[in-house]
Amino acid sequence: MSSHRITARTPGVFYRRPSPDAEPYVGDGAAVSEGDTIGLIEVMKTYREVKADTTGTVSQWFVENEDEVTIGQDLVELDT
Amino acid sequence: MSIVVHDPGLETTVQDTGRLGHYAIGFPPSGALDSYAYHVGNALVGNAPGAAALEAVYLGPTLEFTADSVVAVTGADIPVSLDGEPVPTWESVAVRAGQTLAFGQLAGGARPYVAVAGGIDVPTYYGSRSTYTLVGIGGFGGRALAEGDELSLGDAAVDPRAGRRVEDADIPEHPTTAELRLLVGLHSYRLTPDSLERFTSTAWKVTPDANRVGYRYRGAELEFVPREQPFGAGSDPANVTDCGYPVGSVQVPGGVEPIVLLQDAVTGGGYATLGTVVSVDRDRLAQTKTGDHTRFVPVDLDEALAIRRDRAARLDRVRSSLA
Repeated sequence: MSSHRITARTPGVFYRRPSPDAEPYVGDGAAVSEGDTIGLIEVMKTYREVKADTTGTVSQWFVENEDEVTIGQDLVELDT
Repeated sequence: MSIVVHDPGLETTVQDTGRLGHYAIGFPPSGALDSYAYHVGNALVGNAPGAAALEAVYLGPTLEFTADSVVAVTGADIPVSLDGEPVPTWESVAVRAGQTLAFGQLAGGARPYVAVAGGIDVPTYYGSRSTYTLVGIGGFGGRALAEGDELSLGDAAVDPRAGRRVEDADIPEHPTTAELRLLVGLHSYRLTPDSLERFTSTAWKVTPDANRVGYRYRGAELEFVPREQPFGAGSDPANVTDCGYPVGSVQVPGGVEPIVLLQDAVTGGGYATLGTVVSVDRDRLAQTKTGDHTRFVPVDLDEALAIRRDRAARLDRVRSSLA
């Protein structure tokens, strides 16, 4: 088994949920498919979906909800 | 001749030198935020100054060309490819019909510019092709590009040619702490002397609220000199009676989170203007991103004018070297 890290493509504020009282897009240990939305990054007053660029299972988050992130920063690790 | 947008990137817009001459009626100029990168891009592809180009931010667009052309990417430090093969930036590149230009992950700066031989051909509005998205005018339908858009290209290229390259010394660097030179005033007297000193000694962090309208910063709190509010001014200590805002001017509502107003900003209002970033350094500002830091370095009017003259001379020299 190998792992893959999804990184931020823009700077901004990272959100794990579509809205404050919604369930997270992806729970810990959840399976995700390539193209699934795993979070949002808010920048320049717009929200942009972060998509999984591979298929796997969430093994580790590197950021908290509402953390400020920068380009290239690791967001989450998937076991693939 | 056209370009098909397969992926618009983030807030990619058509921009030129801007819609000048209507500021007094509340019309901001819009236009390329990084003026140097924009002008050099046009020179590289053999366009006359003022041809419309694309300005992107953080993410570049993916663009398919329907006819042979010449392009140049300037501005941010970002990998660019043509049909998957890397191509250089700050250099004119031949594109064949059917090829696709794409961008990788931004390595430095914030805004890449895509200049195309002939320029992006959209209708002019009040004398400019620049997009002003807040009110939906100019550019391509008054908005940022979207997937599936097809951009027409002009046929006014003076001398399109691949292989022109800008000397390394004329390619700006994009440090993650930018120094922006600032002409202090008109209302800097409203800050306490300590706070004015703090303003120019703080490394301000660019917040996520940073776009073509303005950049908002965090890093310190500033205090205003107590006074009785003048007639017409709001109740915030940062308020003054309404006045015009220069492009590049700095306001600090509430004494926290200074804002530098840019080319798409409101043209006047009721916040004290602490100073104005010199026009040349708006190029540097445009290449800073959320999370970067910025210092404001005071200059006097003579220095500000000299900086402008130096820039004009530099641009003339670069244009001559590419002619």
